[in-house]
Amino acid sequence: MGETLHIDWTSCDGRGLCTELLPQLLARDDWGYPLAGQSANGDRSNVQIGADDLEAAREAVALCPRLALSLRPTK
Amino acid sequence: MTPLGTATLGEEREMGNVGRRLLFAAGPNAGLASHEQAFGPLPRGLADPSFLAVLEASGLTGRGGAAFASWRKMAATARGRGSVPLAARPVAIANGAEGEPLSFKDKALLANSPHLVIDGLLIAGRAIKASQLFIYTTSAVLPAVEAAVAARHDARRIKVVPAPETFIAGQATAVVNSIANGIALPTDLRLRLSESGLKGRPTLVLNVETLAHIALIARNGAGWFRQAGTDRDPGTRLISLSGHCAEQVLEVEGDASLAEILAGAGIDPAEVQAVLVGGYHGRWVAPLDYRLSPIGPESHVVRPGAGVLHVLPATECGLDATARIVNYLAAQSARQCGPCMFGLPAMSRVLDALAYGDRDPRLVGELARLGKLVGGRGACHHPDGTARLVGTALETFSDDVSAHLVGRCTRSPGGHHG
Repeated sequence: MGETLHIDWTSCDGRGLCTELLPQLLARDDWGYPLAGQSANGDRSNVQIGADDLEAAREAVALCPRLALSLRPTK
Repeated sequence: MTPLGTATLGEEREMGNVGRRLLFAAGPNAGLASHEQAFGPLPRGLADPSFLAVLEASGLTGRGGAAFASWRKMAATARGRGSVPLAARPVAIANGAEGEPLSFKDKALLANSPHLVIDGLLIAGRAIKASQLFIYTTSAVLPAVEAAVAARHDARRIKVVPAPETFIAGQATAVVNSIANGIALPTDLRLRLSESGLKGRPTLVLNVETLAHIALIARNGAGWFRQAGTDRDPGTRLISLSGHCAEQVLEVEGDASLAEILAGAGIDPAEVQAVLVGGYHGRWVAPLDYRLSPIGPESHVVRPGAGVLHVLPATECGLDATARIVNYLAAQSARQCGPCMFGLPAMSRVLDALAYGDRDPRLVGELARLGKLVGGRGACHHPDGTARLVGTALETFSDDVSAHLVGRCTRSPGGHHG
């Protein structure tokens, strides 16, 4: 179990706040959009959040100017 | 495009053991009378849960591209309302959008056998206790479908909804968005459609050909369906065949040999350079010793997707053909998701450079990098499918890539491009 950070790409505008709050998990791509590492199933819209990053992830969800992020329990 | 299969459906071509003629057995533009004469009336006595068991035994998979087990999709939708008190009843949608430019089998099916699709939708709707039924399709066949629905008393609950002619209009969340809001663009999916789709209802979206198979399985049983095809790919499927031949719709057995399908259509293998299987999100393969099945090793098996086969003649350049497709795909981005909106045009520019005369050896690596960059980062799989197509082109046309990088093309007279 744990939390998953979901990126709604239809809302994301690449402002980059999340990449500053979670630099160890999210880089920026050529155009500024958040870029998670390659996951096992190829899904990079749902990022696993460990206990150490949970606080920063919550902050990213709250501060995202496009409301493109959400946290949910990992399925 | 094929004039709705009339040219091919009228003529009885002997296809040997790959050719079957089940879905079009009622003849061209079949009305209700010819439909019932050919297939018999719609069976009434099917208890709902038992039909899902029949469907599971049949092994039917979706014919719209993803090849997901149809019974599993239906069972999930039937269950979708289970945990919520006073939950809304499910919705079933027949998806006939067929936005893929190389696909025309769904239009042929809806024009010629609309009642088989209607039967399938009624059966699927009953199995999941749906309260609303929709058929979603493009303007070319809308009148035929509306007439067929109007001709039946048992189809009064079915609403026929127009689909726009765009590549992504048939993506499942775009289908739901189009019917609900008139916007045929994919949406961010927080819950599965089987849990929360059209107006929050559990929603089943099945391709129209899948529904036609369901109509036949309900009549003839799972064992009958499995008489065609193999264990890993039972039944038959429709194929849209185009390229170096007359455009035609074929019905072939599951796990069919690509070489046999082409031979049956009278195509000389010596004139074939490669075949695009599965459409614009598919895979270029050559030579032809592959079988068409959703399951099996990639070395011998190619996934049929929505049943598209496009034959590239030996005289044409595969990089040029792919560059033109990727150009189209980049333009068809819904421009909602950044990696797709920027990544696909970027891929298109690099592939254009490679196809049309730039000799920079870093182009190939850059295409691979961009493909990896866009993968898994969108509301739908448009970027993933595009990256896959480009990847298979670089592999299958590797000789052409080497030739282009030294300023030649293996396909043009004299070996020089354009």
